[in-house]
Amino acid sequence: MIRSEILQEIAPVLRDQLVICNIGIPSQELHAIDDQPTNFYMLGTMGLASSIGLGLALVQPKPVIVIDGDGSILTNLGTLPTIANNPAPNYILLVIDNGSYGSTGDQPTYTGRKTSLAGMARAAGCERVVECRAEDTGTVLQDALQAGKATVIICKCESGNAKMPVITMDPVTIRDRFMQAVAAD
Amino acid sequence: MNIHQRITGDLVAAGIGFVTTVPCKQLAGVIEEVDRHPEILHVPSNKEDEGMGLCAGAWMGGRRSAIIMQNTALGVTINTLATLIQFYRMPLPMLISYRGEPGEPVACQVEMAVHTKALLAQLLIPAYHFHRQEDVEELPKILDYTFMCSKPVAILTDASFWGGY
Repeated sequence: MIRSEILQEIAPVLRDQLVICNIGIPSQELHAIDDQPTNFYMLGTMGLASSIGLGLALVQPKPVIVIDGDGSILTNLGTLPTIANNPAPNYILLVIDNGSYGSTGDQPTYTGRKTSLAGMARAAGCERVVECRAEDTGTVLQDALQAGKATVIICKCESGNAKMPVITMDPVTIRDRFMQAVAAD
Repeated sequence: MNIHQRITGDLVAAGIGFVTTVPCKQLAGVIEEVDRHPEILHVPSNKEDEGMGLCAGAWMGGRRSAIIMQNTALGVTINTLATLIQFYRMPLPMLISYRGEPGEPVACQVEMAVHTKALLAQLLIPAYHFHRQEDVEELPKILDYTFMCSKPVAILTDASFWGGY
């Protein structure tokens, strides 16, 4: 399975949750598959999805799901100790680890070689770290929503992208409708 | 009330309830005070761009946020300021220690000091420079201004300012 197939499969789970989605093709895929006001699409700023999601989870009670990638986590590795030491029970970091920089032409990342993001998350102090196969992502995500404990999911999948249009929505519109969704009862 | 308590009190009075920090010797007292304050959630970050991500998330969650950092790190935050904070139009007070000004003992700090105001100007980020003790009186108004216009705003605090206390 590739990322877009995973997103297609977990879209019904994501639909009702606050989602912070990683820059580039992941956001384009999620936007095309199931655009929701509860989705915050990152149009720039590689690496910060996990940080934005953590800030959001720490100040309000609704569950927050961050859809991130191996390349973006490697860009902002300092995020793992921050997540571990400031645990938000409503925080789920779903790393779709396809071992490549998908948005820039599928160049390999080090997670396809010797580096284990699950091992790094555990070493950083994250207590609930789940590794899963692409096919099991939906179930693991549901479990994480039930767990009531900060969870890092490392989902191993194949490299590849679906051809989806660039998001042309104004960033202030994306942000404003997202904030309204956060504040809604 | 000392200067650290005063600055922290001004942050809280402006409605700020989430602060991220990357340490600096000059800012140590404020960071300690922020950490102690019951109305502030203090989340130390490992890098300033990470901190700005945390602030963006907290603000979208309904909590006003601020970052405390050194000017030496301004370079690593340029992309985040342009493509996250400014592009999505978010308010972000940045309380910055202005290392490398007269009174500075470390020569290397001057290397980023000479770029600090130019980078802020290039990014069209309003910047205020606290040089004398009494400059702190402007802080409440600068914080209100930041949230009024939804922009990143820099407050540079130099060695003379801190030396006055």
